[in-house]
Amino acid sequence: MTIDWSWISGHTDDLTTLTISHLQAALTAVLLGLLISLPLSVIAHRIRPLRGFLLGLSNVLFTIPSIAIFVLLLPVSGLTRTTTVIGLTVYTLVVLLRNTVEGLDSVPAKTKEAAKAMGTRPLRTLLTVEFPLALPVIMAGVRIATVMSISLVSVATYIGDGGLGQLFTDGFQRNFPTPVIAGVVLTILLAVVADAALVGVQYLLTPWKRRRA
Amino acid sequence: MYELFKNLGSWLTSGAQWAGSDGITHRLAEHLQYSLLATLIAAAIGLPVGLLIGHTGRGAFIAINLASFGRALPTVGLVVLVFLAGGLSMLPVYVALVALAVPSIVTNTYAGMTAVDPDVKDAARGQGMRGHQVMLQVELPLALPLIMTGLRLALIQVVATATIAAYVSFGGLGRYVFDGLAQRDLVQVLGGAVLVAAVAIVLDLALSGLQRLLFRHRPAQTA
Repeated sequence: MTIDWSWISGHTDDLTTLTISHLQAALTAVLLGLLISLPLSVIAHRIRPLRGFLLGLSNVLFTIPSIAIFVLLLPVSGLTRTTTVIGLTVYTLVVLLRNTVEGLDSVPAKTKEAAKAMGTRPLRTLLTVEFPLALPVIMAGVRIATVMSISLVSVATYIGDGGLGQLFTDGFQRNFPTPVIAGVVLTILLAVVADAALVGVQYLLTPWKRRRA
Repeated sequence: MYELFKNLGSWLTSGAQWAGSDGITHRLAEHLQYSLLATLIAAAIGLPVGLLIGHTGRGAFIAINLASFGRALPTVGLVVLVFLAGGLSMLPVYVALVALAVPSIVTNTYAGMTAVDPDVKDAARGQGMRGHQVMLQVELPLALPLIMTGLRLALIQVVATATIAAYVSFGGLGRYVFDGLAQRDLVQVLGGAVLVAAVAIVLDLALSGLQRLLFRHRPAQTA
């Protein structure tokens, strides 16, 4: 299987547009997933009976094929970017919820007691003590969710969106491997770059970890 | 919405829907065959690799990066690519499914092996066990819970993704999803999705039951 380099150089504009659109869908989904999972994780962490329910529910959502989620959203949001983003958000929730709950669990009880003894109110403890200490585990979840989301965007090509995934449909229909190879390579590159960027974000957000190392 | 679920009920319960070569029974069997075979192949590749990397500590870099590489790989692209390279056969589907499952298995096996207390390994060596005996008789049993977690994760991913076989015109429960999509028949899509989710959940429960059986005779681990 040979790559037709002239196709690639002739389509750099398209490839750029698709890459940006791909990244937008994936990142929006992760951000939405974070917005939803943070409060839910606090609930799951604090209220034990709800913990099993929430984690179980997210696991069930994970077992539904992504293509089916996209298609089932069609009556609600149609052949639009919204459908793609909602579908991806559902998937990010599984990873984000589990990791954030685990992160909150990993904060030592004594640290929380110390904050309480100093008169820090629960919400403030959560924001200034628990979340920062849980950050490494939460960030691990964000990294997995981001990479997974980037790889899944292409499934939305079946409903007419899908960023770089459109290259797969194109190549499949025309029996022409070059766009497919370009799509696969660009997707992986995007994931690697996004993952590295998140490592950088984590480094900036956890200055106390640096001094120890 | 109510109408949709009512129709789904009659779709799932009608006897005709379960019979024949287009029937649920046949599609279910196909789906199970694709998923189980792919997971078995992935386990046959991933387990030894994970065990060796965890035991020797060599190639840890591979184990860690394989996970994120595996997650980044777009399955649709992979299927289309192998399909264009190799022509119409089940090969593209199996390649994609195995590629999807191997990373979870390798990284969890590796994580399980490295989590084993070094003192325990030293004790086993002190009793005269050889390298491979330590690996198979000490590290492997202790790493089993995490290894099983990896296998369960891999199986769930594979079952959900085996839907893709229908994209390159093979069977499995994905048929309902893709045919329903082509015919704009949401009941059929929903039916396929529900069945895939049910298969994934049942297999996951079966594996977790197996896991409990495997551990029944082991004394509780002390910290």
